[in-house]
Amino acid sequence: MNFDDTPEEAAFRAKARAWIDANAPKHLLPELKKAGVGGLGVTSEDPLQAARAWQMKKFQAGWGVPHWPKEYGGGGFSPMERVIWREEEEAYFALTIPFILAVGMCGPTLMAWASEEDKKRYLAKIASGEEIWCQLFSEPAGGSDLGGLRTRAEKATDGSGDWIVNGQKIWTSGAHLADYGLLITRTDPNVPKHKGLTALFLNMKTPGVEVWPIKQANGDSYFNEVFFTDVRIPDSQRLGAVGQGWQVSLTTLMNERQSIGAGMTTRFPQLFAYCAEAEIDGRPAIDDKMVRSRLAQLAVKESGLKYTSIRAITALSKGNDPGPENSVGKLVAASAMQDAAMFALDLQGQAGVVTGEDQPLAGVFQSVLLRSPGARIEGGTDQILRNIIGERVLGLPGDIRVDKDVPFKDIPTRGRAKS
Amino acid sequence: MNLDFSDDQKLLQEQLRRFLTERCGSQVVRAILDGPEPYDRSLYKGLAELGALGAAIPEEYGGVGLGHLELCLFAEELGRVVAPVPVASSIYLAAEFLLRAGSEAQKQAWLPKLAAAEAVGCFAFGEVLGRVTRDKIAASVQGGRLTGVKWPVADGDCADFAVVAARSGGGKDERAISLFLVDLNGPGVRRETLQTIDPTRSQARLTFDGAPAEPLGGEGDGWFIAEQVMDRAAVLIAFEQLGGANRALEMARDYALDRMAFGRPIGSFQAIKHMLADMYVAGTLARSNAYYGAWALSVSAAELGVAAATARISATEAFQQCAKNNIQVHGGMGFTWAFDCHLYYRRSNQLALALGSLSTWEDLLIERMRNANVASAA
Repeated sequence: MNFDDTPEEAAFRAKARAWIDANAPKHLLPELKKAGVGGLGVTSEDPLQAARAWQMKKFQAGWGVPHWPKEYGGGGFSPMERVIWREEEEAYFALTIPFILAVGMCGPTLMAWASEEDKKRYLAKIASGEEIWCQLFSEPAGGSDLGGLRTRAEKATDGSGDWIVNGQKIWTSGAHLADYGLLITRTDPNVPKHKGLTALFLNMKTPGVEVWPIKQANGDSYFNEVFFTDVRIPDSQRLGAVGQGWQVSLTTLMNERQSIGAGMTTRFPQLFAYCAEAEIDGRPAIDDKMVRSRLAQLAVKESGLKYTSIRAITALSKGNDPGPENSVGKLVAASAMQDAAMFALDLQGQAGVVTGEDQPLAGVFQSVLLRSPGARIEGGTDQILRNIIGERVLGLPGDIRVDKDVPFKDIPTRGRAKS
Repeated sequence: MNLDFSDDQKLLQEQLRRFLTERCGSQVVRAILDGPEPYDRSLYKGLAELGALGAAIPEEYGGVGLGHLELCLFAEELGRVVAPVPVASSIYLAAEFLLRAGSEAQKQAWLPKLAAAEAVGCFAFGEVLGRVTRDKIAASVQGGRLTGVKWPVADGDCADFAVVAARSGGGKDERAISLFLVDLNGPGVRRETLQTIDPTRSQARLTFDGAPAEPLGGEGDGWFIAEQVMDRAAVLIAFEQLGGANRALEMARDYALDRMAFGRPIGSFQAIKHMLADMYVAGTLARSNAYYGAWALSVSAAELGVAAATARISATEAFQQCAKNNIQVHGGMGFTWAFDCHLYYRRSNQLALALGSLSTWEDLLIERMRNANVASAA
């Protein structure tokens, strides 16, 4: 056991640090430091352009997507080198947010399911940040129950083999920025729900695609509704076989949970710093026994997540499967950050209601308070994650599924409201 | 970067697991729970023969000189089977006190016997309800004679000697406390076994009335040494807690798979499944924190204070959560004497208090993190 870099790792770290030092957009650092939850923090210039410029610069020097194979525009780094790179890039991490979905989920799905030709065409552009992708999965009637999605893809009647898509997606992160989308559709409503799905990808500028931002509960807009009206997609843009869409979506979701959980913080460091400064009855809050107890509870969660991820990296670097431990990341972090925010506001007393730059730590806890409910839902709700741990890790039986062998078209769609 | 045990270390752990599966079934634990013996002597002897007790004791003192990482894994296995042996008192504490602060003669006299299970040591610290602080220690040594009352002392009724924290000389405040080695079979010692929530780990009240006491470590160094050694023991006990937590989770999982209600295994109900998932999450965080503690212990890192408190808090919570919910998953059967659930529930709550309660360690953790922050900023 040790936390030291091997000589090779130390050399890699020095190289990464030197390159970042010589090339990173240092003028943006003051703004990036203030980045809120999920935001880039950049206001002095177009944030997306700033993010793209940094991504392209990294890509051209071979640092764009550290863990992808070189042939697809990646860096071909080892798992450990990827971690080192992530640590060294920390200050500029917010600039990678627009590309996380494409790099973390859509790219790996293409690697697993797309033709060699399409991999060559699309993956390098994802790596360079030139093309942004989104994931068109959830629907108004199918979120946690993704297999219940209703967006229809039917063969065109003109014999072209094209698919004609009609329906609606929702909670699509970054669809307003995306050039391409990964789409799961229903192609056969006459078979049980998981068997009638097919995966396609499309250019988001295709006629018939409309993107509407959703105003979130915290007032921001990052998620979207996407409507499809007679959208024509060539059959060459199908991933996997017809009816294999569920398997394709599982590839994406597995990568999703890892990438969402990996970037998530409990906000403990900020809470700790705040408690050292804030006063209760004329003494630092951190001197108070109750405050210490609450801080300690969060400290061991923060630390537990940190060392859980180091254990996973250790396994990877030994050539082993990282194991199921990673599944706890988002489940723990999302609730912890919500608790941290509520506790920080509690310490601020009545003044805790006030938002904005003048509040302690520029109002970050107020922002986290309002954003964190979403963190417990996106990319797998707390409840779905507990099901996954219960069933895949502990081997407990799945719940009884009343819709299991029922043709999709016969599954009831509405409960009955009490009159 | 490597936060895992080596294959060789895991092999040794496996070996101990096989030994304990054979030698420490729950009937062995129950014999101590129900009977007059303070611990299972033959099991303890067997652990010595296997080299488990001497794992972190150097060969020159009769140990096998493996190291603390191996001892951590052995502790995990002992926790899994809630072993009724005085290993925490004798090995995690007494042996560590000797190694950190003992004179050459003291080490030679006691370490080989501790490693061989020919003697048991214990640590006599607290005297009152609530958190043990310097000013709450009244026991004192004058002219080499100890007077005072210590309780509860884990394994104090079966130990051969105690490391005792007491006042002596004119040291004030931080230097008021010194450590002494006291022969519990000698004169001036009275012992009473206490009734406790977990009779599988004995507790006693020790009354000293002019008992001969020899200094252990420098005069006035007692509090510092005790803090250091308790940090080391906290990591080892965290591994016991981890082992217990995992076993309780396995018991609950197996029962949830087997027990049918409403025509289906109860593990298919989300109310049960999610409870088990939360137990797994707590256990996973505790394991990661315990590994961090093991690293800090094995290299005596500057971070040991923070790492030990972190491992301790996380493992305490995980074991308590898993042990109490294991009973809940078992329903009425879990609340019977016949089922083993209460063995884990008892042990989880006993270990939660050994070395000081959760709130004490929470306080220590934040104090230490704050000092570390100040130090790194300076």
